[in-house]
Amino acid sequence: MDILYSIFIDPFVQMAQAPDLFVQTLWDGLVGGMLYALIALGFVLIFKASGVFNFAQGIMVVFAALTLVGLHDAGVPAFLALLITIAVMFALAFTVERVVLRPLVNQPDIILFMATFGITYFLIGFGEYVFGGDPKVMPVEDFGLEKGAYNIKMLGGLVSLQKLDIVAVIVASAMVAGLGVFFSKTRIGRALRAVADSHSAALSVGISLEQIWVIVWFAAGLVALVTGIFWGARSDVSFALEVIALKALPVLILGGFTSIPGAIAGGLIIGVGEKLAEFYWGPLVGGGTDAWFAYVIALVFLLFRPQGLFGEKIIERI
Amino acid sequence: MFYREAGQFKTSYASDQAIFPILQDRIGIAVILVAAFSLPLYANDFILNAVMIPFLIFALASIGLNLLTGYTGQLSLGTGAFMGVGAYACYKLTSIWPDVNIIVWVICSGFFAAGVGAIFGLPSLRIKGFYLAIATLAAQFFLEWCFIRIAWLYNYNISGAIEVPQRTVLGVIVTGPRATSETRYIVVLAIVVAMTWIASNLMHGRIGRTWMAVRDMDIAAELMGIRLLPTKLMAFAVSSFYCGVAGALMVFLWYGGAEPAVFNINQSFTILFMIIIGGLGSLLGAYLGAALIYILPIVLRFVPEWLGIPIHAATVEHITFMIVGVLIVFFLIVEPAGLARLWSIGKQKLRVWPFPY
Repeated sequence: MDILYSIFIDPFVQMAQAPDLFVQTLWDGLVGGMLYALIALGFVLIFKASGVFNFAQGIMVVFAALTLVGLHDAGVPAFLALLITIAVMFALAFTVERVVLRPLVNQPDIILFMATFGITYFLIGFGEYVFGGDPKVMPVEDFGLEKGAYNIKMLGGLVSLQKLDIVAVIVASAMVAGLGVFFSKTRIGRALRAVADSHSAALSVGISLEQIWVIVWFAAGLVALVTGIFWGARSDVSFALEVIALKALPVLILGGFTSIPGAIAGGLIIGVGEKLAEFYWGPLVGGGTDAWFAYVIALVFLLFRPQGLFGEKIIERI
Repeated sequence: MFYREAGQFKTSYASDQAIFPILQDRIGIAVILVAAFSLPLYANDFILNAVMIPFLIFALASIGLNLLTGYTGQLSLGTGAFMGVGAYACYKLTSIWPDVNIIVWVICSGFFAAGVGAIFGLPSLRIKGFYLAIATLAAQFFLEWCFIRIAWLYNYNISGAIEVPQRTVLGVIVTGPRATSETRYIVVLAIVVAMTWIASNLMHGRIGRTWMAVRDMDIAAELMGIRLLPTKLMAFAVSSFYCGVAGALMVFLWYGGAEPAVFNINQSFTILFMIIIGGLGSLLGAYLGAALIYILPIVLRFVPEWLGIPIHAATVEHITFMIVGVLIVFFLIVEPAGLARLWSIGKQKLRVWPFPY
């Protein structure tokens, strides 16, 4: 009975008794989830337009952040460093398209997936070779972002909101809205969706596949840069980020591989879910549940909706 | 010219369905086996310990994953964790019953991995492709967490790691720090060869054919009367059995001790590389892939030394990463079907040599 009590009743009693703590946990989960969602967004962009499951998105986040910090440490002014990093991400997108994707056109999905593994390995080696493997500190102040927190009195306690987190949420929301408009209203966005539907049909109406791929990989690179800045600001910039990026995979499952709103909703569900589970139920099993909780949520969801929350319905034919 | 089956007539169904129907193949495999078993006579400790034993163990794990991903078409990223299940099961079994032959426990530990694999294979009936791959990540992270948090698994050792005790078979020390590398090599080789032979027979028989039918189109296979759930679960179980044995061998006959980090997600990815570079759906490919991915970085590490270039060890490490990444992409572009495919092309060329076709 004790076990049942501590699983089903005690956590909710705690939530009700200390609502300020509950709100704080919820907020932390939301911010963490937003960052997962940003990484997932990079995956979705590339998957939508080229059907490639881009495993390298995690390392692209690290690489973008490292380039930025590395340039800044070398004495380049902050905004110039930002511009150079954007140029580097463009060069990366261009090279990937030219060297990896173009020769592998029309190969099965798993081969392209493996090719992105190759890219991951290369970027890990290259990043460590150029910038070294030590963790670096993101110079947030130089980008006009403030550190510190707002402490808000509510529900009989204090809830502290990091200023950086608030900015992160705003920027992420703006970026998602911007991408949404870009996909549905602009010429290039429509071309992207056409390519996603069918490569050959898109080619036949005169859409250049090569150009589209460079554009999506560049867009994913920009998303990676923004993610890298905010994630780097919360902790250090190091290759450990790459492992955290694997967390974006259950987010993708929840949201479906092709849906931008899905990536956001999935990210928030996973972020909040794992924070709450770790805080209220984690101590029962000895803690550390956030290593796997996200995957188990995803697994349970998949059993009921194999295509994810917002994914397109899978129709199987022979 | 050298490799021609002219004059070799098959007079029975058995000889038609033999694993090596061509005489030259049989001679070749016999030569390789003799060379492999006599390797301790002329190879040094480094070759045995740091090259051959790990290579064989990785080949076994690759065969395991290949049975699942290459033959049955179920992408799995949980290989590392299933290897861990094997290793921890073997450790617990031999600490509870220390008198039983350790080789029996190594094989038995495969059954524990098979059970766990079958449980995590359950979602495969509803989930397919990349979705399944991510579902198997749940297995990876959950089991890794268990290896860290459940102290019973490592006998409440304060360091959280497992230490392999000394065990003898027929009076010869097989595991533990005092076992010679020759003994360990022969034991690993014997187990790996036997299990490869079993896998090859499985693939030539009814079970292998149902797996391949499921891989090619599961709905069509179902219409033909193959029951999907038992078939997929069996693929998960057999694959995990192989991975579990590989994991037990890895800890007991190679590392001599292990901590949970050995069975992390990178291990799963390494083995996935091996089968994709080697060739999906090919046992030979598992060996070739393991050789390329495991042995290549070792060779690369020695290149600067041979050339006499003074270079920092960390730099070599980084450059090795870059070269491996480039090679993966290169091999995928040159031959997406893997190294095993290159071998079969080469065989065809040998048959018609010196004529072009």
